Amino acid sequence: MFLQGYLPSILEGTILTLQVAVASLAVSVVLGLIGAMFKMAPSKPLVWLAELYSTLVRGVPDLVWMLLLFFGGQMLINDFCTRMGWQAPEINSFFAGVMTIGFIFGAYMTETFRGAIMAVPKGQMEAGLAYGMSPLRVFLRITFPQMVRFALPSFSNNWLVLVKSTALVSVIGLNDVMYRADTAKSITQEPFTVYAVVGLIFLAITSVSDFALKRLEKRYSLGVRETEL
Amino acid sequence: MIDFNLIVEKLPAFLGGADGAPMMSTSDGLQLTLELLFLSLACGLLLAVPLALMRVSKNRVASSLVWLYTYVFRGTPLLVQLFIIYYGLSQFDWVRDSWAWEYLREAYACAILAFTLNTAAYTTEIIAGQIRNTHYGEIEAAKAMGMSKWLMMRRIVIPSALRRALPAYSNEVVMMMQSTSVAGLVTLADLTGVARRVFSDTYMPFEPFITVACFYLVLTFGFVWLFKLAERRWLAYLAPRKH
Repeated sequence: MFLQGYLPSILEGTILTLQVAVASLAVSVVLGLIGAMFKMAPSKPLVWLAELYSTLVRGVPDLVWMLLLFFGGQMLINDFCTRMGWQAPEINSFFAGVMTIGFIFGAYMTETFRGAIMAVPKGQMEAGLAYGMSPLRVFLRITFPQMVRFALPSFSNNWLVLVKSTALVSVIGLNDVMYRADTAKSITQEPFTVYAVVGLIFLAITSVSDFALKRLEKRYSLGVRETEL
Repeated sequence: MIDFNLIVEKLPAFLGGADGAPMMSTSDGLQLTLELLFLSLACGLLLAVPLALMRVSKNRVASSLVWLYTYVFRGTPLLVQLFIIYYGLSQFDWVRDSWAWEYLREAYACAILAFTLNTAAYTTEIIAGQIRNTHYGEIEAAKAMGMSKWLMMRRIVIPSALRRALPAYSNEVVMMMQSTSVAGLVTLADLTGVARRVFSDTYMPFEPFITVACFYLVLTFGFVWLFKLAERRWLAYLAPRKH
């Protein structure tokens, strides 16, 4: 039997990996939008804060962030609970993984969204405000639909890097595809086959996303003339 | 809250020394990280230039083969590539019986091999992209001077493409520097590996991980600064005019 019947277990792990990736993407988009707004805010401290966030996150490897936030966060929560006399809660490693990866990629998304928002002509936002739209409505109706086109190429790239980074979450104890592969490798004694399968799974995920995102890019660039050389 | 004594006490361990060095290497810690980085970057770049030429060549077979290589290596996590080489190769008897097994069973050699293949894939695409972007005037001028194809490649196309690849390549170097942190997952005690060891010895997470984070930050800024200098030197002709 192929991989002694370990394939379903690896596929199950893949589903968890995908869940982590999609959930972290959602977190990173929210953080990225907040970060981009802070970076363009009129208040200096907010700008500095966003600057600090994106610099610190992008200058340190993902793995170090994961270890620091996971083990450090656990310790902080434990300390806090003992001081308050509470029972320390067990941190859900799915939640921790999603928060950590979301936090890291939020910094990359900050840059993506900041560039995209700046690429939308300012007069359009001003016109929206002049029509009496609320700032939120201006963002949803005017800025957002237009910034998508500018954000998509870099967004796609961030997503592909994010998917590949989720391979690291087994380090903090998540039962993901890498964790299952580790078990399968020890039992089947076929490490090459196991990791080749995992590699193909990742390749499939990145290929499908790349294809879908290219389609989306085309969709959002409707009516924009392509440069031809 | 943060125990600075611990950081000061462990600082030499982070910098690295010969005691904790893995087989085939000279040191652990920061030195091991830099060793892994420079060796794989150097080998990767040497591989990438001919691969990029194949990638842009008119030979369909060569071009598709290189495309497949970069596609696979850029589409899968570095960690999986590292595990395939470190754990995976032992599955084949012919690998274990070959002369190369002496090296391939060492985590150090496997890490360098995996990092080299990975960075070569990204670098190939960066350089190939810049070769395609070469201004046709440069090539026409070279042809008009009567240069042969190889002379033109060697004197005009490659130097010009490598210069223009600098900004993208600096990103790749910083990414690679950060990626070396996964070496710790195959038993190597690089910067991150040392931090994990200190953490499991003391069970203090902040001191070791914040310390390595600072190391990586300094390295990142250092590389960004070096590449700025390099760009000012080699890309001066593309810089905006000052007067």
